[in-house]
Amino acid sequence: MQIIVTGALLGGTYALIALGLTLQYGAARIMNLANGETLVAACFVAFWLFTAMGVNPLLGMVLIAPVAFALNWLIYAWLLRPLVRRAKNRGMLEVDSILATFGLLFLLQGLMLLGFGGAYFSYKFLAEPFLILGEPYGLNRVVAFVAAVIVASLLYLFLYHTRQGTAVRAVAVDPASSRLVAIDVARTAAFAFALGGALTACGGTLLSTFYTFNASMGVIFTMKALIIVIMGGVGDVRGATLAALILGVTETAVASLIDPGLTLAANYALFVLVLLFRPQGILGRASA
Amino acid sequence: MMRLRRDELMVAGGGIAAIALLSLLPLFSDGFVLSFGVNLMLYVAMCTAWTLFSGPTRLVSLASAGFFGVGTYSVALGLDFLPFPVLIAIAAFVSAALAGLVGAATLRLSGVYFVIFTLGLAELIRQVVAWSQSRFAHKMGLYVFTDFTERDLYWMLLALTTLVFGVGWLINRSRLGFALRIIGDDETVARHVGIATARAKIVLFMASGAFLGIAGAIVAPRYAYIEPQAAFNPMISFLVVIMALLGGTRRLWGPLVGVIPFTIVMEFITARFPNHSSVVIGITFLAIVYLLPDGITGRIEGLRDRIRHRAAARNGIEAPEAIEEKAA
Repeated sequence: MQIIVTGALLGGTYALIALGLTLQYGAARIMNLANGETLVAACFVAFWLFTAMGVNPLLGMVLIAPVAFALNWLIYAWLLRPLVRRAKNRGMLEVDSILATFGLLFLLQGLMLLGFGGAYFSYKFLAEPFLILGEPYGLNRVVAFVAAVIVASLLYLFLYHTRQGTAVRAVAVDPASSRLVAIDVARTAAFAFALGGALTACGGTLLSTFYTFNASMGVIFTMKALIIVIMGGVGDVRGATLAALILGVTETAVASLIDPGLTLAANYALFVLVLLFRPQGILGRASA
Repeated sequence: MMRLRRDELMVAGGGIAAIALLSLLPLFSDGFVLSFGVNLMLYVAMCTAWTLFSGPTRLVSLASAGFFGVGTYSVALGLDFLPFPVLIAIAAFVSAALAGLVGAATLRLSGVYFVIFTLGLAELIRQVVAWSQSRFAHKMGLYVFTDFTERDLYWMLLALTTLVFGVGWLINRSRLGFALRIIGDDETVARHVGIATARAKIVLFMASGAFLGIAGAIVAPRYAYIEPQAAFNPMISFLVVIMALLGGTRRLWGPLVGVIPFTIVMEFITARFPNHSSVVIGITFLAIVYLLPDGITGRIEGLRDRIRHRAAARNGIEAPEAIEEKAA
């Protein structure tokens, strides 16, 4: 029981990170391997805000998200739009965007290593016990989970109940036809990419409240987010949320029952199962 | 019996001469130059093996470090019981089997799954190896003591490079190579003319993985002490990709052009600015994507074509396209 609750609490934060990636890949068609770097950068900013200025990370998240939105918009406009224009088909864009964001990954990681070194960072925020069903859990984890649920619900409302959100979903389904119903595809793609970056940054901020982070851990989180996105089905918001919870619980179970060093192996086991049996995602329908 | 065209014979002759010349290097120098030569030859072998698969299929494999580490560990684990050549064969076999498994899981689906899967593969194996070592062997590393000198390693790597080129050339002439070129151009067309696309890709990935495993096995004696962190260092995968792409992957010898300058640059950077290597790698990646999408060799070929075109126009000979247009 303790494993399931801990895993689910962790899964909430994972879900935000993966939602960011699924927007970037599903709607903007950019397989963003530098997604984890956005997350780590948000961790560092939250750390700095909290330790140097005493800003509550939850308040910090409200500051960090718009900045991440703006920066990701710029990244899309400057770095990725030329690739979108150059690509003759989706496959070419995929290869180009993978390589470009891979370069970006190293560049950002290198800059953060220069700035902060390879040391591990953490800070104490709400590090007190909180009882759920008579068992103690870190209050910071519970708060992060609740915050993640709120952000994810806002995203859901936005995507399914506003015009702009519907436009994002339309572009995710079919960019060519979206143009026919007067959706500015280039703008919407940039918006989806930026929004995805902002969500990942929110995930990073929440993660930093209970997790020990360092400058080079971005890739691992990109990997987790990718696995969640594929498990949930690319572009599928509900699938990604469910997949994040499954991944969080599995990871926690492996870490506490077998060995904490095998979390990636647990992720991969899930990944292989999905690839073999449901490559279209756990909630996805088989494509024709 | 295969018949060789004249230009093929010339290339083969040139290749043999180059190999003969390169094999003389250890006789003239030792110390720093030879050690640098081993580095260079290692990356030449690995990048060519990588291009064997990723060139024609255009699928970026980030798993090189995984195969490399498997090869290294095959030697480290078996050195006390088996002779070295047998260990190399085991390394090749295990790496090929691993590549087969990865391929079977991902290559039947869209390319993106393959890239993602290979991204974490080395880290995955490292975790499993580290865990089983601490669990069952209660130690983190293994010692590898052999009588091999840098000179022997250099020659073995040169032989491996030659082998990779030979196999690559044979594949290129075979039905498999033909099938792969069609897959690289248009996979849907390939499937429609009855090519088992997934199987072709898996076979090629296994060959590429086996060579990467052998490379790891050959340089294992160089480390003396082997631990998961070093053997499965993900940086190996990234360097292989970047060097191969820098050179260009349209030709099997393309990576050669990228390996030489980049190894020199990396040597310089790790010596002078060890903290900046990630930044340099990142910038190089971006530069390749935006400025050299087909690598250096692709750029040179493009320029050559343009010059020929112009020369033809100046001599009053119509360019081939123009003739075709008239005919149509």
